[in-house]
Amino acid sequence: MKTLVIAEHDNQQLGAVTLNLVQAASRLGAEIDVLVAGEGCQSVAEQAARISGVHQVVKVEAGHYAGQLAEELALLVETIVRQDGYQAVLAPSSTFGKNLSPRVAALLDVAQVSDVIDIKGVGSYVRPIYAGNVMLTVESAEPVQVLTVRPTAFDAAGQDGSAAIVEAPAAPALGLSSVVRRELSTSDRPELGAASIVVSGGRGLGSGENYHALLDPLADTLGAAQGASRAAVDAGFVPNDYQVGQTGKIVAPELYIAVGISGAIQHLAGMSDSKVIVAINKDPDAPIFQVADYGLEGDLFELVPELTRKLN
Amino acid sequence: MKILVPVKRVIDYNVKVRIKSDGSGVDLNNVKMAINPFDEISVEEAVRLKEAGVATEVVVVSIGSRASQEVLRAALAIGADRAIHLQTDQELEPLAVAKCLQRVVEEERPQLVICGKQAIDDDCNQTGQMLAALLGWPQGTFASGIAPQGDLLSVTREIDGGLETLELKLPAVVTSDLRLNEPRYASLPNIMKAKKKPLDSRPVAELGIDVAPRLNAVNHAAPAARQAGIKVADVAELVEKLRHEARVI
Repeated sequence: MKTLVIAEHDNQQLGAVTLNLVQAASRLGAEIDVLVAGEGCQSVAEQAARISGVHQVVKVEAGHYAGQLAEELALLVETIVRQDGYQAVLAPSSTFGKNLSPRVAALLDVAQVSDVIDIKGVGSYVRPIYAGNVMLTVESAEPVQVLTVRPTAFDAAGQDGSAAIVEAPAAPALGLSSVVRRELSTSDRPELGAASIVVSGGRGLGSGENYHALLDPLADTLGAAQGASRAAVDAGFVPNDYQVGQTGKIVAPELYIAVGISGAIQHLAGMSDSKVIVAINKDPDAPIFQVADYGLEGDLFELVPELTRKLN
Repeated sequence: MKILVPVKRVIDYNVKVRIKSDGSGVDLNNVKMAINPFDEISVEEAVRLKEAGVATEVVVVSIGSRASQEVLRAALAIGADRAIHLQTDQELEPLAVAKCLQRVVEEERPQLVICGKQAIDDDCNQTGQMLAALLGWPQGTFASGIAPQGDLLSVTREIDGGLETLELKLPAVVTSDLRLNEPRYASLPNIMKAKKKPLDSRPVAELGIDVAPRLNAVNHAAPAARQAGIKVADVAELVEKLRHEARVI
C-alpha cells in the first residue's frame, strides 16, 4: 500500500499543515509520498523532502498548476493515483483541501471521508458531524481511501528527513477556470491556524474600532494570532478569515483568549480543543464559561487594557 | 440562464442534537427539520439573479423522503419556479447525491448549479465539488459573491487567509458560503403561491443509479466534554494563573 499526501503551498512556502498531514498519513502504516504540484515550486519540493517519514516527493510543474485550481489538480491527482497505484490520498481540511479532495474522490468514483480527527487504522476513522456535537466512527472499504484531515488533530511531523524528489509529467490543461485576484490579509502576526496563542473577539466588543483598539495591543503583547466569532465577522468588525468556528477556522492553540464571545455551539466547535481557554465576558451565564479554564467576569473595556498592561 | 439549486432537509440549526442510546445515529423523531441554511442561501442567490433579469428559471431539487417536499415548498416560497423531488427513504452519501444530480442536470440543462457548501448534519462539504467533477464543469466553492458576465462567471471565494476571485467558464457549479447573502423571509402570499407551483416527484430507483452506501457508520458518540474551570476574581489573579498554573505565557 502507498499513500499520497497532497502538499498545500503557494509555490514558495510549504504550508505548515502538510507536516500534520504526513503525521496523520503515518497512521495508515504505508509508504508516504508527497505531491507538490505548482509552477516554480522547487523550493517547496525541497521543504517537503525534509519532512520525516516521507518516502519520496513527486514534483509536477506546469503553468496551469500555478493557481492551485481544483479542476487542474484533481485531474492530475486522479492520473497519478491510477498510474502509480496509490491506495490513500490525504489532503488537509483547509479551504484548499476541501475544494480539491471531493473532486478527486468523484473522479476516482470513491467515497470521501471528510475532516478526519482520528485514524484508527486503514479504513477506520473518526470525524465530527453536527457542528462537532457528534463524533462519528466510520469505516470505508473503498479501494482508494480519500480523506481530508483536520490538521490540528495531529501533531506536526519532524523535519529531519531527506526524501528523493522525482519529477512527474503534468496532466493536460483543462482551462475551465482562472484566478483573477487574491486579496490575502497581510499581517505580522502568526497565522491563525498555526498560532500557539489566539486572541479572539466577539460581538461584545461593539465595533471594529473597539476590536482593534482593545485586541491589537493584547495580541501584540502576547505574539498572538487574532480570531473572531461569527457574530463579529457578520457585523463587519473584522474580515471573514478571522472567523473561528465550525464554518470558519478550527484552532487548537496552547492558549485561547475569548473576549466578549458568548460561546455559541458553532464557535465552541472551532476552539474547544485549545489547551487553555480564558473567557472575558460581562454575562455570568455566557456558555463560554462552561468550557473556559479561567473565566473573568466583568467589563471587557476595563479588563482587557488592564490585562495588556499587566502582561507588559 | 437556467439555474438549478439542490436543497437538503436537515435538522433545524437551533435544535440540540440527541444521540440514540445505542450509538446508531442521531434521534430525528419529533425534531424540528428545516432547509439546510447554506441551501437556503443558494436559493436566495438564484432568485436574486432571476429578479435581476440574469436568470430565466430557478429549479430546485431535493433527494429524500416524502418530507423533503416541505423544504422544496420553502424554496418555492422564496421564489424558485418549480421543484423536482427524487424520493428515497434511504440516506444517500454525497457521491450518490452527486450522481443523481448529474442526471437531473443532463435532463434540465441548467447553465449554473448553486449548492450549499455543506449540509449542517453530516458536514461533509463534498457534493458540489463531486457534481462539478462528474459533469467536467468548473467549480467556485465557498462563494461570497458571484457575478455572471456573458459566458463567464466571476466568483469571489472565502479562502484561508482572505478572498480569491475566480473566473469560471459556464456552465459551472458554485457552492455558497454564509456571506453570499441574507435570505429573505418568505411572505404569506408567497407561501400560499408556492403551494400551487409545479412539484414533480419520482422515485430515485427510476434513475437506475447505484446509490448503495460505500461507508459504514459504526458509532455515534458525544464529544469528550470539557470541564468548566474556575472564575478568577481579577486580572491579577488571571495573569498569575496563566503564568504559574497553566504556564502558557
